[in-house]
Amino acid sequence: MTREAVLGSIRRGLRRGPLTDEQAAPLRARLASHPRHLRPAIAEGDRAALLLRFIANVEREFGTVSLLPSLAAVAEAVADYLASQNLPTEFVMAPHPDLQSIPWAERPMLRIREGRAEATDLIGLQHAFAGVAETGTLMLPSGPDRPTTVNLLPDTALVLLRASALVGSYEDAWDRLRAERGGAMPRNVMLVTGPSRSADIEQTLELGAHGPRRLHILLIEGG
Amino acid sequence: MHVATSPAFKSNATKAIADAGLQKALARSRPQFMARRSAAVAALPEFEALRDTARDIKNHTLAHLDFYLERFAEKVEAAGGTVHWCSTADEAREAVLRICQDAGARTVTKGKSMISEELAINDHLEANGIQPIETDLGEYIIQLRHELPSHIIAPAFHLNREDWEAQFRKSHTDLPADRVFHERRDILTEARAKLRARFLAADVGITGANFLIAETGSSVIVTNEGNGDLTQTLPRVHIALASIEKVVPTLEDCASILRVLARSATGQAMSVYTTFSTGGRRPGDSDGPEEYHVVLVDNGRSSMLGGEFQDMLRCIRCAACMNHCPVYGSVGGHAYGWVYPGPMGSVLTPALIGVDKAGHLPNASTFCGKCESVCPVRIPLPKLMRHWREREFERHLTPPGVRTNLAVWGFFARRPSLYRMATRAGAVSLGWLGRKRGRFARMPMASGWTGGRDLPAPEGDTFFARYARAQRSGRA
Repeated sequence: MTREAVLGSIRRGLRRGPLTDEQAAPLRARLASHPRHLRPAIAEGDRAALLLRFIANVEREFGTVSLLPSLAAVAEAVADYLASQNLPTEFVMAPHPDLQSIPWAERPMLRIREGRAEATDLIGLQHAFAGVAETGTLMLPSGPDRPTTVNLLPDTALVLLRASALVGSYEDAWDRLRAERGGAMPRNVMLVTGPSRSADIEQTLELGAHGPRRLHILLIEGG
Repeated sequence: MHVATSPAFKSNATKAIADAGLQKALARSRPQFMARRSAAVAALPEFEALRDTARDIKNHTLAHLDFYLERFAEKVEAAGGTVHWCSTADEAREAVLRICQDAGARTVTKGKSMISEELAINDHLEANGIQPIETDLGEYIIQLRHELPSHIIAPAFHLNREDWEAQFRKSHTDLPADRVFHERRDILTEARAKLRARFLAADVGITGANFLIAETGSSVIVTNEGNGDLTQTLPRVHIALASIEKVVPTLEDCASILRVLARSATGQAMSVYTTFSTGGRRPGDSDGPEEYHVVLVDNGRSSMLGGEFQDMLRCIRCAACMNHCPVYGSVGGHAYGWVYPGPMGSVLTPALIGVDKAGHLPNASTFCGKCESVCPVRIPLPKLMRHWREREFERHLTPPGVRTNLAVWGFFARRPSLYRMATRAGAVSLGWLGRKRGRFARMPMASGWTGGRDLPAPEGDTFFARYARAQRSGRA
C-alpha cells in the first residue's frame, strides 16, 4: 500500500518507527489545544482601535467601507453605492437571515435574487462571519446561507459585516468559528483581503483579475 | 515532459545575459520585488521574531511528519474526501489521471501549482486526451507559449507587454485580428473573458496547496487573482495536489506562517484570497465541488529528511530568495533549466533530478548570503548549496581542471608560510607587470574573468602583509 510506503520512507529518514502512544500524546494534546504563537501588536487593541485599523487596512488594499448605524440603513447604502458606481440595481444575495431581515422593500428599485451566484451576476451581497483588523481581512465560511460563488463570480462584491464580529487576529476569528460550529470546519473558508488583482503583466497591479474588481464593505455598528 | 536543461546552465546563462527582453524585465521587476518586501517588513516590528516562529513550526512538523500526515488524512476522510498517497511522480500523475477519467473529464482547469509543474501533470493529461487549462494569468500565457515558469510566484515576469499582446493575437484567433490593446487592463480583460468560459465548462479543478492542516483536514491556497478559488469551487471535482512537507498541525500554526508568507513574497500584509477547503459539498450547500481529493506526493522529499538537506523542506515558496539573488537577477529563471530557479531551486533541483544533472546550480552562487537573510523560515541556503558542492566533489562530478586547481590551492593553503610567499610573489610580479594600465585585458588561465571585463592589477602587496602592518600600527 502506498500510504505505508510513504510513511515508511518518512520514518526511515527520521530514523525511528511509528510513534508510540506515549510519544504521540503531547502531539495530540497540541492538536486539541491548538496553542497560539506570537501575535503582532497590530492584532491587539480596544474595539474602537480595531475598528479604525480594520477600515484603514481595507482601504489600503483597495477596498471601500461604509460605516452604518444599523441594518435598517443597509438598503439605502447599497442603493447609493450602486448609483455612485453607475452600476445596475440588480444583485444576487446570500440567503443569510441577517441579510433577509433588511427592509429591502423600502427601496423598490433594488431587484434581489437570493441564492448562489451565476456567471452573469454583476453584483453580489455576502454576509461576513468575521472581520480581522490585523490586515483588514474578511472571514467568509461557506454554507447554505453563504454560498462561495457570491464571493467570486460577481464583478462587484458587497459584504455586510457587523462591528460586533470584528476581531483583532486570525486566531480570534478561528476561535469564533470553532465556538459557533462546535469545532467542525465548514467546507470552504475564505479569508478575503481586498478585491481580486494580478500583477502578472509587467508587475503592474490591475484590479479584478478573475474575482471581483470592487470590494465594498457595509460595516454595521449597531443592531 | 519538460527535459531539464540544468546541465547546460552555463550556456543558458550566457544566452540569458544577451536576452534584451529578459534583461528589461529583470531591470523592471527586481527593484519592485525588493522594495515591496522591505516596506512590508519595516511595517511589522515583530517580523524577525515571526520568522523564528515560522521556522520552529516547520521544524516541529518535519520531526513528526508521519504523525501529522496521518492525522490530516483521517480528517480529510472524516469530511468525505479521499487522500491518494503517492511515493513517486509517476504514481501522482496516474492518481490525477484516474480521478479525471473517473469523472469523465474532458477539460480541467488549474490553479497555479509548482508541484504540478514538477510532476508535468499537464503533459500527462494531454497525452491521455484531457485538456488542462492554466487559469493563473501568468501560468496561462506560459502554457500558451509552451514554456516553464521563470519565477515561482510571478511565472511570466520575463515577458513584456508586447509579448502578451503578440501571444494573445496568435492564440485567440476568434477575436478580431486588428483589435487594439490600449492598456494592460485590456490584456487582462481579454484573458478574464476567455478563462471565465473555461471555469464554467471544466469537469475537474486542480489546485496546489500552500498548506495542509492536520487539525481540520483542510488544504489551503493563497492567491491574489481568485482563479484558484474558481478552479476549486465551480467544477464537480476538486483535486488538491500537495507535497508531503506542506502539512502544519493547526490553524494557529498556519496563521503564524501566513504572517511572513505574503510579506516575503509580494510585500502584501496578506494575499487577497487565503482559502481553506475541507471535503466536498455539504447538505444544503448550493455550490462547491461534490468530490474532494488530496493527492499527497513524496517524490523525493522523504529522502531529504534526517539529512543535511532537511532544512530545505521548510520552504514555503515565497520567492524572496530569488528576488534578492544577484545570480538570478542576472540570468532570470529559465537559465536554471527546470521548475525551481534561484537559490531555493539550486538546493531543491539537485535533490529532485540529481546532482549529476543539476550540479551547476549550487555552483552558481556568489555566497553573498542575501537569500538566507530574507528567507522567512530561515533556511541556510548558502550552507546547503555548499553541501551540494561537497557531494559533487566527492562523487567526482567536478571537472578535472577545477579539481586540479583546488588541489594546488589546497596544497598551499595547508602550508601558510608557503602560501604567503607564493601570494606575495604573485602580487608583486602582477603589480609590476600591470603598473602602467593598472589592469589586464587578458590573463592566462583567467579567461573566464577577462572574457567579460578587465582584471585589476594588484597594487604590489598582499592582504596579509597589509593586515600585519595595520596591526603593528594599532589601526586594526
